[in-house]
Amino acid sequence: MPIIEIKNLTKKYNDLNAVDNLNLQIAEGEIFGLLGPNGAGKTTTLLMLTTLKPPTSGTATINNFDIIKQPDKVRKSIGIVFQDPSSDEILTGYENLKLHGWLYDMPDDLREERIKEVLALVDLTDRKNDRVKKYSGGMRRRLELARGLMHYPKVLFLDEPTLGLDPQSRDVIWKYIEKLAKEKNITIILTTHYMDEADKLCNRLAIIDRGKIVVMGYPKELKKQLGGDIIRLKGENIDLEVFNKLKYVKKITKCDSEVCLTVEDANKHLQEILKVAGKVDSVEIRSPTLDDVFLHYTGRGIREGTPEGSWADKAMHSGMQGGTRR
Amino acid sequence: MSELKGIYALWYREFKVFLRERSRVISSIVNPILWLLIIGGGLGSAVSFGGINYQSFIYPGVLIQTALFSAIFFGVYIVWDKKIDFMKEVLVAPMRRTSIFFGKILGGSTDTLLQIFILFGIGLIFVTIGLMPELHLNIFSIAVSVAFLFVTTVGLVSIGLTIGSQMESPEGFQLIVSFLIFPMFFLSGALFPITNLPSYLAPLVLVNPVTYAVDGIRGVMIGFEFSRFNIAFDFAIVCLFAVIMILIGTYAFKKMKI
Repeated sequence: MPIIEIKNLTKKYNDLNAVDNLNLQIAEGEIFGLLGPNGAGKTTTLLMLTTLKPPTSGTATINNFDIIKQPDKVRKSIGIVFQDPSSDEILTGYENLKLHGWLYDMPDDLREERIKEVLALVDLTDRKNDRVKKYSGGMRRRLELARGLMHYPKVLFLDEPTLGLDPQSRDVIWKYIEKLAKEKNITIILTTHYMDEADKLCNRLAIIDRGKIVVMGYPKELKKQLGGDIIRLKGENIDLEVFNKLKYVKKITKCDSEVCLTVEDANKHLQEILKVAGKVDSVEIRSPTLDDVFLHYTGRGIREGTPEGSWADKAMHSGMQGGTRR
Repeated sequence: MSELKGIYALWYREFKVFLRERSRVISSIVNPILWLLIIGGGLGSAVSFGGINYQSFIYPGVLIQTALFSAIFFGVYIVWDKKIDFMKEVLVAPMRRTSIFFGKILGGSTDTLLQIFILFGIGLIFVTIGLMPELHLNIFSIAVSVAFLFVTTVGLVSIGLTIGSQMESPEGFQLIVSFLIFPMFFLSGALFPITNLPSYLAPLVLVNPVTYAVDGIRGVMIGFEFSRFNIAFDFAIVCLFAVIMILIGTYAFKKMKI
């Protein structure tokens, strides 16, 4: 029995399908990633699953509760860390957690016990009486992670958990997420547009683009499916035709003055490739990443986003203001 | 039971934040003093209604002014909460939207009433030093005024929350609210008696619910010859106003989009 079952979930904004007939099953204990460019429909999916936005059609069950018919029970089963800051910065870390305990109707002694536990988990015990205003971005995210866990949810949603954090803070957050998954055995659903994040954390993922699942699977296998390593050649006058004759070249793509080849056993065939390529300014060989997987299935890089730039904005209906209260 | 704890949580947050925001507490003291001293003293040097000192006359109006501004502007914080994701954190909790609304009302009303109590303190000082000789500030008049101000404030906070729940930007909120607050203040009889108004003004004053709060408080603080209506009638109108605003606000919260 999957802990999350999404059935034909759809969200329309006017004519635009922000989430388009999504079907997905997630098993208990998985760290599942929803990967895609900004505006692909990840956050909208999350908001529907967490009962904050009503779907246009379709539904989903979480922990066997229907998100439309039993929103209260769904809410008790889930925890969520939002994309934008969601703690009150005039209150202390401890007070923010206490507030959460009250909102979830936890008995007093249990609440205090859990606060201690989750603060220790994210190493914020000695900063608990500082106002959140004084926290760094990473600490604040950790506090919100701790808060999302306080009521022991069956499923924890993380919406872009490391967005806007510096590299060290990202590493720290990743460490905590991995620790969590191991120690608490909860199911984690995370959205991200960072390929490396998805690669590192998720044991299974779905790449979504314009509201649809493009491909789904285990990161390793997705990369393996591409059929080899990537050789990138940079040069002015490289003729694409010459590579067609080489059997071990699986795929040829050209962007600006670069040519990307997907090649079986790249190291073995490099010499021959260089020979047929002619004059080349630089060469790079690397193993495929999820970026290449995305490129392979959508025909464009994830950083490029969507061709019609405003699509994402239309879908989200909200800016990314970092405004703070008061 | 669970709902009560959630309501308490939301109240607790607003209360804590209010106490920590010194600038709000300070402005709540400075503003009314300026009104009493400058408008009260300045206009009062030339104007007098019913033979009493003008500062005494407008003191009930200044109380209402504080309630108006503080309570309606409280709605802006919900716009901020929506801008960051704090609102989502609250909405995703297993609690009803109606309870969230009531938690916010209690929080906003507490903020406003605390400012009102500071204003009572200022009033007592002014009375003691002889600036407002005709004002009766005693336990009875304060208790009745608090009842009026509490009910009015609940209604006004509901207005602020209703508007805030539908707005996307704090600037937009402020713009709309200014169009509301200033007419409500000037048409309330806070600054002049409402017994002999010109015919174009009278209806506007009489449909303004705040008028009845000023009328009731002025009656109990200065003398019932200065109020136009029976105090029970005043109170009934104010209660009716609060109930209607709560109903509208509850509906707006249910419809609130994030």
